[in-house]
Amino acid sequence: MELDKINQLLEKYFEATATEAEERELRDYFAKGPVAPYHEAYAPMFSYFSEAGKERYTKQVPLKTRSRSYGWVSIAAAAVLMIGLYFGKQARDQREAEIAYQETRKALGLIAQNLDRGTEKVAYLGQFEQTKKKLLNND
Amino acid sequence: MTPSEFMELVTPFKDKVFRLAKRLLISTEEAEDATQEVMLKLWSAKNKIGSYRSVEAFAMTMTRNFCLDRLKSKQSGNLKLVHSNYSDPSASLQKEVEAKDSLGWVRQIMDELPEQQRMVLQLRDVEDYEFEEIEALLDMKPTAVRVTLSRARKAVREKLIEKHRYGIG
Repeated sequence: MELDKINQLLEKYFEATATEAEERELRDYFAKGPVAPYHEAYAPMFSYFSEAGKERYTKQVPLKTRSRSYGWVSIAAAAVLMIGLYFGKQARDQREAEIAYQETRKALGLIAQNLDRGTEKVAYLGQFEQTKKKLLNND
Repeated sequence: MTPSEFMELVTPFKDKVFRLAKRLLISTEEAEDATQEVMLKLWSAKNKIGSYRSVEAFAMTMTRNFCLDRLKSKQSGNLKLVHSNYSDPSASLQKEVEAKDSLGWVRQIMDELPEQQRMVLQLRDVEDYEFEEIEALLDMKPTAVRVTLSRARKAVREKLIEKHRYGIG
């Protein structure tokens, strides 16, 4: 390639007035070599640009697949917890009521027992009354 | 959209995103973080992705904005992070080798350019985006892109010649 043309292209390149095609031509010239000694000073620029474009991003991107079902799970968990608490409380209440019932029954049974014993004694009173009536009637 | 479909969609340009991020943030680690951030943002917008004319252009604009925000918040904060203090074990050897030759010089020179010039140079000369695409990506007028690009190229040339003259960078 004629030096003259390259010189022109270089000038346009640094003034940033070259077209994309012209810049590509210039890049090709430096990429393919050999480069005229006069142009060697610019060579590092072009070879760096093409080198720099080879750097890669090698890390993995941790994509969270946070689907919508996630929200439902928390709602469901809350519901289960509430139901559990509700029925748990109910069962506990029932058990407490049962115990209270048993206690009351025991207490009432005790009263009834004592009452029975009382009425037994009262039976003697009845006897006394009868005897008293008999005595009074005999008068 | 499944993760594999998404990866298929972003694979053609995820390296470009990373390289632009690295050009702006300079540190490899920060560029990796930025790339991941951009990818995750795209992923979370995956349902709207179909309505964008070009997902790649959208991603690149996002990367630019994200990185510029990063740089701004770093400058405004009291904590000044100096990139040269970062040690990057994986790249240190490569950098050492690279820095000795003139390719490393060009990288160093580019790192010192103003952000706007760095971006234009990256998009035009490294990624080979067309002028029109660059105008859209950076939200610049055509003449502004050309002027910035010309300044950037001339700055690289001048400093490169300077380094050549003194031998060591």
